[in-house]
Amino acid sequence: MIKKVRLATVWLDGCSGCHMSLLDIDEAILAIAKRVDVVYGPLVDAQEFPKQVDVTLIEGAVSSQDDLEKVHTIRRWSKLVVALGDCAVTGNVPAMRNSHPARKMLERIYVEGVQTGRGVPVDGVPALLRQAVPVHEVIKVDLHIPGCPPSPAAIAYALGELVEGRMPEMASKVKFG
Amino acid sequence: MPENISIRIDGEYVPAQEGQTILEVARAGGKYIPTLCWLAGISSVGACRLCIVEVSGVGRLLPACTTPVQDGMSVTTNSEKLKQYRKIAIEFLFSERNHQCAVCVSNNHCELQAMAQRLGVTSVRYPYAYPKLAVDVSHPRFVLDHNRCILCTRCVRVCAEVEGAHVWDVSSRGIRSMVVCDMNRPWAQSSSCTNCGKCVQVCPTGALAEKGFAVDEMVKQDRNVSRLTGRRGGHS
Repeated sequence: MIKKVRLATVWLDGCSGCHMSLLDIDEAILAIAKRVDVVYGPLVDAQEFPKQVDVTLIEGAVSSQDDLEKVHTIRRWSKLVVALGDCAVTGNVPAMRNSHPARKMLERIYVEGVQTGRGVPVDGVPALLRQAVPVHEVIKVDLHIPGCPPSPAAIAYALGELVEGRMPEMASKVKFG
Repeated sequence: MPENISIRIDGEYVPAQEGQTILEVARAGGKYIPTLCWLAGISSVGACRLCIVEVSGVGRLLPACTTPVQDGMSVTTNSEKLKQYRKIAIEFLFSERNHQCAVCVSNNHCELQAMAQRLGVTSVRYPYAYPKLAVDVSHPRFVLDHNRCILCTRCVRVCAEVEGAHVWDVSSRGIRSMVVCDMNRPWAQSSSCTNCGKCVQVCPTGALAEKGFAVDEMVKQDRNVSRLTGRRGGHS
């Protein structure tokens, strides 16, 4: 029996569209499911990021203190880190706030933007970083799969190669946007 | 009569005439050299640096669109070195402004996006600048979004050379360079703009767009401009 690939998926500052696209790879998911153990992510129930992960797919930009801590943990315990989708690769929509101070943006939304409100939320939510940045600006990323979202075909191809222990060649198969 | 000369492109002899650029000769010979700021029928400025080529005996890379051919010249159009430098040029363009392809009117119809894909750029290795830039929506029909501008100056040239109005110019220098309308006025207050829309149609990105289009919907018609200049006897 072939050893299964320990796969983690992570959802940072993104819309979950990349995870949707991952689930949208049709029957290819059956072959991949046989070859992987999903050990962490929104699709499973693990609470803590496990030690010893073969491949971690990161969706979303690094936008909060919590995201920042997560990506360092991910890098520490993952053999391969994949930036999945434009937010993780370029910053994309979450980075549109970057030319304005985070505090001003929060006040615009939670104070000026509402009739009655309790102000900018602070309890139970992580503090925003000054800017939302692509994952590779914080940690080393081994593979970039751009797209908003990346096409199911690109994801299926990439996972198919990764479970075989090969590094996929994405250049001809993906685009920004 | 311009003199007939012969140059070598990627090892092949190709006929050329004195006064032609490397790009013109290469295109005529069916050789592809990537371009972004170049447009048939208007002058060439070598702004985007994508058409850079190696010329033997010359230590630096030269833009094919502005370098005239010389008899006996030997040109390389597609080495590993050139591929690397072209990728760098594209990555700089992406890092200098705010290009969110996913929410751009020109998504899937954008020459910058298509060129990145063609050259195999899957991420930008340089930190993004995230500049705070204005969007001019004053014109009743058109929008100027500086976030998407790559300073190719097609708009400047087509307006000055084809429409003859010369509404657009580039102000400031370096990273602060900015396309401006009529000595830096809101577009709607321009006294020289004829509202022809040529600048919009030749803009390779979503920087200039027609109003009323959502994400993905702005398809440019730059061939109309090239056809027009072709009919006027300009080179196309």
